[in-house]
Amino acid sequence: MHPDSAVAFFGDNQPLQLDSGIVLSSFQIAYQTYGTLNADKSNAILICHPLTCDQHVANPHPVTGKPGWWENLVGPGSIVDTQRYFVICSNVIGGCLGSTGPASVNPQTRKAYALDFPVITIGDMVCAQAMLVDRLGIDTLFSIIGGSMGGMQVLQWASFCKERVFSAVILASSARHSAQNIAFGEIGRQAVMADPDWQDGWYIEAGTNPRKGLAVARMTAHITYLSGATLHRKFGRNLQERSQITFGFDADFQIESYLRHQGVTFVERFDANSYLYLTRAMDYFDLAAEHGGRLANAFSKTGTRFFVASFSSDWLFPTRESRIIVHALNAAGASVSFAEFETDKGHDAFLLNEPVMFSAVNGFLQSAARARGLEK
Amino acid sequence: MIMSSIADRNLQSLPVRVDFEVIASLVKPSTRVLDIGCGDGTLLELLITKRGIDGRGVELSQQGVDQCLAKGLSVIQGDVDKDLVYYPDDGFDYVILSQTLQTTHNPRKILGELLRIGRRAVVSMPNFGYWRVRASLLFGGRMPVTKELSYSWYDTPNIHFCTIADFLDMACEIGATVEEAVVLNRKGQRVAFRLPWNTLNLFGQQAVFLLRR
Repeated sequence: MHPDSAVAFFGDNQPLQLDSGIVLSSFQIAYQTYGTLNADKSNAILICHPLTCDQHVANPHPVTGKPGWWENLVGPGSIVDTQRYFVICSNVIGGCLGSTGPASVNPQTRKAYALDFPVITIGDMVCAQAMLVDRLGIDTLFSIIGGSMGGMQVLQWASFCKERVFSAVILASSARHSAQNIAFGEIGRQAVMADPDWQDGWYIEAGTNPRKGLAVARMTAHITYLSGATLHRKFGRNLQERSQITFGFDADFQIESYLRHQGVTFVERFDANSYLYLTRAMDYFDLAAEHGGRLANAFSKTGTRFFVASFSSDWLFPTRESRIIVHALNAAGASVSFAEFETDKGHDAFLLNEPVMFSAVNGFLQSAARARGLEK
Repeated sequence: MIMSSIADRNLQSLPVRVDFEVIASLVKPSTRVLDIGCGDGTLLELLITKRGIDGRGVELSQQGVDQCLAKGLSVIQGDVDKDLVYYPDDGFDYVILSQTLQTTHNPRKILGELLRIGRRAVVSMPNFGYWRVRASLLFGGRMPVTKELSYSWYDTPNIHFCTIADFLDMACEIGATVEEAVVLNRKGQRVAFRLPWNTLNLFGQQAVFLLRR
């Protein structure tokens, strides 16, 4: 499907037992690797991607041609140095860039799964990743790093595969999706489902694509990734290629034009049903609920070294959500560092060039590498 | 508010943070230690190197947190007045509060928290009963601004100064036992422990206490 990525197939003999109770009896995971696994397999880092990113973390994107989504963090000589570490990034199960998802062919019907695809969870994503890591012959990951939905996966790993995670970096994330975030997710889903081209989910068979619905979903979500201050700084009330308002509904303002562009370009690279499934997986995430309502129990007896960080203007995954994680880790007696970085760039800050964040992640990884016996 | 720089400025007449050496001498090796207001992590590093402790820090300033992370220390950005409640009982063998108690909103509550989280607490503090401070108020008639306490009254982070005698009273009130006390003069030298408390309270520029429940 995407020849740029390696693909791991899992057949009937290795089914994926999903949290919903359904068994996915054959599936595939598309992934990228960078660097070389050392002899004792102690230098592997797993990067977990956020909602609308994919496995192309440090190479040009095969569809858009844009640089890897975290190239400022991952690459040769970078903080996650691919000359030093063996870096893995896989497309989540339910995704749409090579891993099995709702747009994949259902072997039983020989048509796209569409809504026959089972609802997946963050836990299911991690189970599939763990199977990939097994396949690559790696027992313990030196580090797992992720932001936002990626951070949820890191937390899930650190809770359910404790002994396999030496260190964990959780940026701009949460141990549960808040009511506000579920609300935004629902708006996005409703926008997709309200598009007649969605065809009750069977648009691939119908030969349509709910572009407008997905674009609106993306426009809404995009606002939540930024802050009011950033929007005002970047766009203010500036008009788009005109000197005065037109008394119509064209994109008079630059911000409107910008959002429309974000929506239009997104639909070129993302599957609408995949968007429904992945946002749902985030909504269902509640790590404490899986541990008797006490988040600290999720981390009891952990030996993992944690670094948790938030961004001051992030209103999607605000600092208080990160503090809940930190307090639970403290209560569990875990080794945890936490910092809140001052920025006006909102949730997106974790993907941007934030030198203070980079230096903190660098300090954390370097010391973890020393503790792991990884010489430079 | 940058706790480390407050402490450093409070003690700027001293070559190094002499209280660190005293604190290190009070902490048993291979124990679990929480350093609250850990600044740039100098004390934690000292304790890890010299005493082989398992150390964690809490620091409010971004700069301090960054420096700790760069040193590979476990540090949580947080506020001593707000965050201690989230730490479990008996999580540490020692909880250290160096040159910070006087900047907290509720020192009595904080001291109680230290002894809940840790089996022992180590507290270092500037002594407002020091004779130079007393003289400054007595003869100057104004809030003391000395080399040791270099802030003006209106911009000081030191909102709850106390004397050695005051501190001992508070420790007694919450039922804490003073296991050891080290009183230092302006040059950072130990004042003979055998002297009566009211003398120590006069000649001690700062003090370090080891307390248990």
